[in-house]
Amino acid sequence: MSAADQSAPQQSDMDPRRSFQGLILTLQRFWAEQGCVILQPYDMEVGAGTFHPATTLRALGPKAWNAAYVQPSRRPKDGRYGENPNRLQHYYQFQVILKPSPPDLQDLYLKSLYAIGIDAALHDLRFVEDDWESPTLGAWGLGWECWCDGMEVSQFTYFQQVAGFECAPVSGELTYGLERLAMYVQGVDRVFDLNFNGREGGQKVTYGDVFLQAEQEYSRHNFEHADVDMLFSQFKMAEAACRKYLDAGWEGENKKHLMALPAYDQCIKASHVFNLLDARGVISVTERQSYILRVRELAKACGEAWLATEGGGAR
Amino acid sequence: MPDLLLELFSEEIPARMQARAAEDLRKLVTDKLVAAGLVYEGAKAFVTPRRLALAVQGIPARQPDAKEEKKGPRVGAPEGAIAGFLKSAGLKSINEAKVQQDKKGDFYLVVIEKPGRPAIEVIGEIVPEVVRGFPWPKAMRWGSGRLTWVRPLHSIVATFGPETEDPEIVKFTVDGIEAGNTTYGHRFMAPQPIKVRRLDDYVQKLEKAKVVLDPARRAEIILTDAKNLAFAQGLELVEDHSLLDEVAGLVEWPVVLMGTFDQAFLQIPPEVIRSTIRANQKCFVLRDARTDKLAAKFILVANTEAADGGKAIIAGNERVIRARLSDAKFFYETDLKTRLEDRLPKLSGIVFHEKLGSQVERIERIERLARELAPAVGADPALAERAAKLGKTDLVSEMVGEFPELQGVMGRYYGQAQGEDETVARAIEDHYRPQGPSDRVPSEPVSVAVALADKFDTLAGFWAIEEKPTGSKDPYALRRAALGIIRIVLENKLRLPIMPIAESASRPILARRHHISLGKNVSEEESIASRLIADVLHRWTDSIASTAKDDDPHAKVPDIDAVGHELAADMLGFFADRLKVHLREGGARHDLVDAVFSLERQDDLLIIVRRVEALADFLETEDGKNLLAGYKRATNIIRIEEKKDNKSYTGAPDAKAYKQNEERALAETIGTAKAEAAAALEAEDFTSAMAAIAKLRPFVDAFFDKVTVNVEDDAKLRENRLKLLNEIREATAAVADFSKIGG
Repeated sequence: MSAADQSAPQQSDMDPRRSFQGLILTLQRFWAEQGCVILQPYDMEVGAGTFHPATTLRALGPKAWNAAYVQPSRRPKDGRYGENPNRLQHYYQFQVILKPSPPDLQDLYLKSLYAIGIDAALHDLRFVEDDWESPTLGAWGLGWECWCDGMEVSQFTYFQQVAGFECAPVSGELTYGLERLAMYVQGVDRVFDLNFNGREGGQKVTYGDVFLQAEQEYSRHNFEHADVDMLFSQFKMAEAACRKYLDAGWEGENKKHLMALPAYDQCIKASHVFNLLDARGVISVTERQSYILRVRELAKACGEAWLATEGGGAR
Repeated sequence: MPDLLLELFSEEIPARMQARAAEDLRKLVTDKLVAAGLVYEGAKAFVTPRRLALAVQGIPARQPDAKEEKKGPRVGAPEGAIAGFLKSAGLKSINEAKVQQDKKGDFYLVVIEKPGRPAIEVIGEIVPEVVRGFPWPKAMRWGSGRLTWVRPLHSIVATFGPETEDPEIVKFTVDGIEAGNTTYGHRFMAPQPIKVRRLDDYVQKLEKAKVVLDPARRAEIILTDAKNLAFAQGLELVEDHSLLDEVAGLVEWPVVLMGTFDQAFLQIPPEVIRSTIRANQKCFVLRDARTDKLAAKFILVANTEAADGGKAIIAGNERVIRARLSDAKFFYETDLKTRLEDRLPKLSGIVFHEKLGSQVERIERIERLARELAPAVGADPALAERAAKLGKTDLVSEMVGEFPELQGVMGRYYGQAQGEDETVARAIEDHYRPQGPSDRVPSEPVSVAVALADKFDTLAGFWAIEEKPTGSKDPYALRRAALGIIRIVLENKLRLPIMPIAESASRPILARRHHISLGKNVSEEESIASRLIADVLHRWTDSIASTAKDDDPHAKVPDIDAVGHELAADMLGFFADRLKVHLREGGARHDLVDAVFSLERQDDLLIIVRRVEALADFLETEDGKNLLAGYKRATNIIRIEEKKDNKSYTGAPDAKAYKQNEERALAETIGTAKAEAAAALEAEDFTSAMAAIAKLRPFVDAFFDKVTVNVEDDAKLRENRLKLLNEIREATAAVADFSKIGG
């Protein structure tokens, strides 16, 4: 980047320390330069970037795979009607998956922080133990929460198992909590005050301008009005459809599978519907466990199917 | 002699695993060295977040030579046997073997010399074995490799050599990582490779590269710097050893800084501030040295010397702490809007245990029991019941949801805020106590009543559903509950027989269980259960004597009576075991504890302890020692004779059959001593009871001196004398079972 470029106004608008979208674009560019495939968000409701088939399914099997993408993530229970300065029912994760995990993954991660304006010469960066487990995905891994001056800004995980299958080779997964990171680099205490587009004055668009109304409406929906009967039947339908597609996809004495991805979509669907039911408070403690188990069974079956596809390394 | 330096350099090792890993590394390597005949002089292990290191001093350069004798076949054995021996011993001709002689004749023998190998070669085999089999609590793979380590392992330093020379690199490779003499400094301040030779230059070079190798030194630096920073502000560090150890495991180069938060947050209870700052940020809190109150400052430990002197780091931490404290303040204020009793409906939806009902059912049981116990511990029954009602309500508060360790503490604050009696508020916090051996025991009567009720309900409940502790497994902390009861009773000097309380605690639980299993009407069931328990209680007294838990094969029969019996017997036996452990830890002789426990109807913990103490004192006296000796002599004789004659010599001796004065005197004294002891026991004066029994001593001595028990020709006289001996045994049984007392 030349000095002239840096002084250009549209460049400073995209400074990751000044604009939310600038932060996203910087991370995308950084990981693109590392050879990652830059994907777009998955077009379904998910609870975290990990659910994207580009992570869950691609983490399985022998093939190398490097990808990065933003994933809007929905956590119906975390909604606070837009009244909490940092809790949201919908937020963005930036997800990087590198398979096999390269030996310099920690260094790459720290360089990505540098790219968005977090300089290790000024800040205290730490890797603090945090084992990751997703009961619904039947997945676990070891790694850290990454701290910047005492704040968790990312999750760093070496996947050991996904969908109940051992990951070999191991994928390295980085998940940046974009809002939190942006609040830190912009020096903002309330998520809705984030500068979204990097402009000032009349042209400035804040995170609140974009998402506050949605937070209020979805909180109402998630906690008070989401149609419980419909959701219960949707869960059953998604579960049944997932099984149906899985059964239909097996070909040639169960050696190959031809519909792992559509089946997995239904697993994602069931998971999100479960999260909504949970937020509505209509699932008891004991039932909760059994729902999680049902989703995990779907995820496992999808993982098994994926391993029998070309992407999963089957020949 | 040469030294070994070993370093395993990896990505960040979880702080909680570091100390154990260093110790494991030291032990595993040195054990294998010794097993290989390499006896070393000393070893020390070190650990930082990124490296495990080990220095072993004074390892011999070579293994000692070994000689192995191999015995061969007899001289003149068949050719095949000789050939086999030659092959296995590596000999060309049988002439190379020696001939030796034993009882059966001549045989061949060969002495195989095994020269010791160079230590460096042996180490090159030991270390990879240790790395591959390292006992991390959780290990992982990475990349395409198969090796497992706690986090990816990047490089290994392994050098070996005497102090006077350049050490050699120990040659080995683990999963593609070749041992060498290169390490790296601090991740940010000195990431360049460093060549090291041996421990002394390794430590120095690391220090120059901003790595303090020794975790104890890092902790010391943090503590000293934190105290100094605090002192300069007129403050005191609130010390926290486990946090200190954790933080020392999160940094290679500790830099201690101080941050500030808004004074307004000090309205939040100090426990909340501390939990917030500690759990989320791993920072220390400070207090004002004069007022002893928390100060609006905190200590953070960074891992780097920042270019701006730490300004950005402090500002960042302050922002995070501000956000966390804002959350905490919000939770606190939200919680204060709901009265504690209004939280009860929420608790009815929370299952305490699948088989024991909801939290509300449990609370109702505790309320009833606390009210019942109150008079015996000097508490107002209404206040005890109130405290029990509110005791668990903070479990569904926002704050306890966020910080489970604040259970009880928050209940106290919320209770005070809504104007509860101070003893009720304090009981909400203290009824959980004592939580561990170092925790204090509640002494305020209301707290005592609720604390006891809570623990008895827990024990009775898990006993009723057969979830008793087994071996090392005690998932519901029932040992802690029983020990808690024991400590509360003893430290408050409470006269509180266990049986009726355990009975009362069990009744509603058994009634509930029976109701569910039989599908019958609760009130009817309650009366059945009451009768069953009353029946069963008679048997409790017997069960206390045998503290060993027998596996009764009938226990599994689904019969209410049997279940009730098992519950009763086991629970009391469990208390006996816990009390024994407790008294033993306090230095009491376990045989004396057994001797008292063997007596019937012992369920009053305080009395049991007093008896043990009196017995111990008694046995320290000459009278006590001699009486014990006399007792042993008497019982030995009876035992032998009873076995010989295959009959037992119990029952009163015939006073008219006494022939010698010593007999009469002994019999008479036994009579008076028994009466005196009984009176003293009635008055719970155990020392006097012992003294009464002690009076037997000269008469027992005289009896053994002058009287022949086993008279050859007069069977009747012999029997009478044996019965008199038995009277000694009976008399001592008033104070303890002397047969349980060791020599």
